[in-house]
Amino acid sequence: MKARLPLTILTALLIFAAGYAALFVAPEEKTMRAIQRIFYFHLPSWIAMFSAFSVVFYANVAYLITRNRKWDALGVSGVELGVICCTIGLITGPLWARPVWGIWWTWDARLTTTFILWLLYIAYLLLRGLLEDPEKKAALSAIFGIFASLDIPLVYLSNRLWRTQHPQPVILGGQGSGLDPTMGKVLLLCVIAVFCVMILVLVDRYKLELLRNECDELRFAIESRGVESGSNPLRADEPALGKAGR
Amino acid sequence: MTTVRAAATVLAKELRLEFRTRELLTATVIFALAVVVLFSFAFDPTPAESRRYGPGLLWIAFLFAGSLMLNPSFSREQSNETLDALRMAPISSFAILLGKILANFIFMSLAEVLLVPIFAVLYNVSLAGIIGRLVFVLALGTLGLTVTGTVFSAISAHARMRELLLPLLLLPILTPLLIAAVESTAALFAEQPSLDRTWVAFLAGFDIVFLTASWLLCDYLMED
Repeated sequence: MKARLPLTILTALLIFAAGYAALFVAPEEKTMRAIQRIFYFHLPSWIAMFSAFSVVFYANVAYLITRNRKWDALGVSGVELGVICCTIGLITGPLWARPVWGIWWTWDARLTTTFILWLLYIAYLLLRGLLEDPEKKAALSAIFGIFASLDIPLVYLSNRLWRTQHPQPVILGGQGSGLDPTMGKVLLLCVIAVFCVMILVLVDRYKLELLRNECDELRFAIESRGVESGSNPLRADEPALGKAGR
Repeated sequence: MTTVRAAATVLAKELRLEFRTRELLTATVIFALAVVVLFSFAFDPTPAESRRYGPGLLWIAFLFAGSLMLNPSFSREQSNETLDALRMAPISSFAILLGKILANFIFMSLAEVLLVPIFAVLYNVSLAGIIGRLVFVLALGTLGLTVTGTVFSAISAHARMRELLLPLLLLPILTPLLIAAVESTAALFAEQPSLDRTWVAFLAGFDIVFLTASWLLCDYLMED
């Protein structure tokens, strides 16, 4: 892919500009002062996480329908990326909450949902690690992924009905939300920059997973042949692989 | 054979298997009882506190017991490859899953029938006048637990360390169910017992969502 290097450089410049804008261009918030600037990365990572998990849901359904292993690769790449974004959100959130709310953590609807989301997708990754057969791994983790996606709205709804403390959105809050126009622009830049980084990483991770799948399938095929013939699987099949021109 | 009749046959097979040994039921009841007893040592609750924490304790005990009890549902089919035999039968894969869900629902309900009175005695909770509504809430919660649990038992049966994996998969998914079940049980244990319609509707919604998902996905779940 020729466009890769320029795109990587462009993304690097973009994320650098976003960091600069968030720290020096955006005006200081009236009551929260400097700590509010963490928000320029908190919200974008949350948006990126949400997009990543939407991609995962789509990929899981598409895998079960088409049985094409590329959807499985996209699914696991999306989950890993989503978990990273989720972790960023879960770290930047308490850093902001300690000075502003006076506590690190509270069992509020959005916080709890994100935490459960994180646990669910960590479980997804654990499940993949514990399944051997590549076909089973892909199909069963897709089923679990769909169940997890269905669970998210329920987790949110149940916590919402229960109690909530997270600040209400001011970004799309209309005229009277008190958002400075510069803040809005800086935030938009940050969202775009973080998004570009995520897409770049997702594409790379996806390609890596395709290669890994191929390796796994070859290894699995060798091992099952070895078991059938009763000989040392790896040694017996090595020359055959060499001849096939791999 | 219709799905219902096939599911009934699978259910009968599961029940016969369990009632020959009763090992699953015994282990589940004793485990849940141990959780209930340990809780009283850990918190030493007063009668007022029992009423406040009781519903949560009860459901935590059920969830933990369920996440252990549901494991053998599919993994015990593996020792003699009997799941392949079930799959070869001319019945839909949903019939197999439904039969197992119903069997687990019955096992879990039987465990609850034994546990709830003991819990009421140990924690001084009066069950008079709320039994009908309590059974309703328990049934809705148990259905959600067994539907997701049976599906995940089919998933984890193929994995290494499956006994450890099932609770890891199941417990986070059940968070909304836990909240709704605890809140509706708490409304029944209150001074003026009432059936909390919002949470009961939520429990029913949870059951419907995951039962439908199991029905849609069971062909993929059961394939070889």
